[in-house]
Amino acid sequence: MEKKKRSGLFLTVAPLYIFTLVFVAGPLLYMIALSFATNSDGWGTLWKFTLENYKKIADPVYLKSFSQSFQLAFTSTICITLLGYPFGYFMAKQSAKWKKRIMLLIMVPFWTSSLIRMYGWIILLQAKGVFNTLLVKLGIIEEPLKILYSYPAVVIGMIYALLPFMVLSVYSSVEKMDWSLVEAARDLGASRAKAFLTITLKLTLPGLLTGVILSFVPSMGLFFIADILGGNKIVLVGSVIQDQLTRGSNWPFAAALAVVLMVLTSIMIYLYRKITHVKDLEGFF
Amino acid sequence: MRKKHKLSGIYLAVLLLVMYLPIVMVVIFSFNESKLTASFTGFSLKWYETLWHDRDIKEALFNSILLGVISCAISAVIGTLGAVGMARADYKTKGMMEYLSTVPIMIPEIILGMVFLAFFSLLNLPFGMTTLVIAHTTFCIPYIFMMVKARLVGIDRSLEEAARDLGASQIRTFFDITLPLIMPAVLSGSLLAFAMSFDDVVISIFVNGPRLNTLPVKVYTQLKTGVTPEINALCTIILAAIVLVLGISSLVQKRQERRRGELSER
Repeated sequence: MEKKKRSGLFLTVAPLYIFTLVFVAGPLLYMIALSFATNSDGWGTLWKFTLENYKKIADPVYLKSFSQSFQLAFTSTICITLLGYPFGYFMAKQSAKWKKRIMLLIMVPFWTSSLIRMYGWIILLQAKGVFNTLLVKLGIIEEPLKILYSYPAVVIGMIYALLPFMVLSVYSSVEKMDWSLVEAARDLGASRAKAFLTITLKLTLPGLLTGVILSFVPSMGLFFIADILGGNKIVLVGSVIQDQLTRGSNWPFAAALAVVLMVLTSIMIYLYRKITHVKDLEGFF
Repeated sequence: MRKKHKLSGIYLAVLLLVMYLPIVMVVIFSFNESKLTASFTGFSLKWYETLWHDRDIKEALFNSILLGVISCAISAVIGTLGAVGMARADYKTKGMMEYLSTVPIMIPEIILGMVFLAFFSLLNLPFGMTTLVIAHTTFCIPYIFMMVKARLVGIDRSLEEAARDLGASQIRTFFDITLPLIMPAVLSGSLLAFAMSFDDVVISIFVNGPRLNTLPVKVYTQLKTGVTPEINALCTIILAAIVLVLGISSLVQKRQERRRGELSER
């Protein structure tokens, strides 16, 4: 009986196991193998072990793309956190009716194409666009600002694409919070700020962490935003990988770049977990 | 206290306004007569007409919807079953598998795209709808899996035990007790997954093959080569459709709530 129950149970997880092993683990292992293979001069790959692909990454051109990607991801994530945390927090404190409405308002843009929303920013920010025309007419500036195809434009695009993730994960953890703890702290004489820092912030840290991961990691790979809003000024790892796969047709090198990118993002996630002690907090409750 | 409440309301309103600004721009300029987006020269519906006659875009839209529906359906089954099974079982490999199955949304999309491109060429799979469905299913599963998993934590296990004690088979218990309880999570996970699939550029661009376009891929190539305002028109139509669907669903929900309210007071 016990055995039968177990095998029945295994049938439910089997599809997930098989699919994950074949289409997640398999391709990832293949990528790692590919990163040690030799690129042949023509089209294709020679299966001869080499470390050449990794050595090539040390080239300043490619190192620069890594540092630019990380810098952009950092800047965007910080902005997203600063804007998104208060949003999620305030949203959770609204009445039930307004919570629902705001949630809807956040979800609607989510459903429209993110590319088209980026295009909306182009319309807004371009030299003779709405934003500049307005500023000039109001007499705030004389010359139109060159925001489009600059670094700030890319950051705006990143924030815009990823803010909902932060808002929603902060919101859900503030929603779940036990407010009596904050009240207790206030009753015991803690100031509003102290109660927030010691209780609220700590309790909502898992949500904040999820938001940070959900915005940091994708921003490393969203090369199309930098492509569209940044012109060709910022070359991110994503663009380099894409370039190597298509025009450069050097798949082993692209694989090596991807492996390094994956390792770096994994380290980031791991460090963040260590620093914030999320595991402890989770264990605590 | 009152004042603080107002300030937070203003913060929410301002940020939401900024969020909608680009969308409003797209909607406004879909009615613009001129091809340029620098200024509004006059009202016109001609981009909607062009859109109506554009077979490529219609085909891309159809592909995207088909792709989203198929991948979501497959991932809903795999993800839900997986989450339910994982919650009950205690395999040694559980932790690792759980991690591995969520990897697709934990790593930058570009890696997934390149990995699939390499892997599918290794397997000699022809690039097209099949490869797209496989790739999209991998990143749709985690959304459904995680939502259902979170929901399962809050479910009262004694309900299932009661059903089993009363003689219901395991399968019957799953369909009569567990599934209805986790249905909201399955639905919201699927909706989220569909939205992600419908909007995906990075992965699709690697695995779509030379002849098949999804809508985001089509828009991306247009954005790089020069946009025609028919894309604005399309976005406006999609937006209108979403608002319509949301409106209808909230009406239905309200009616249901009212009916439920008559039956029992919450």
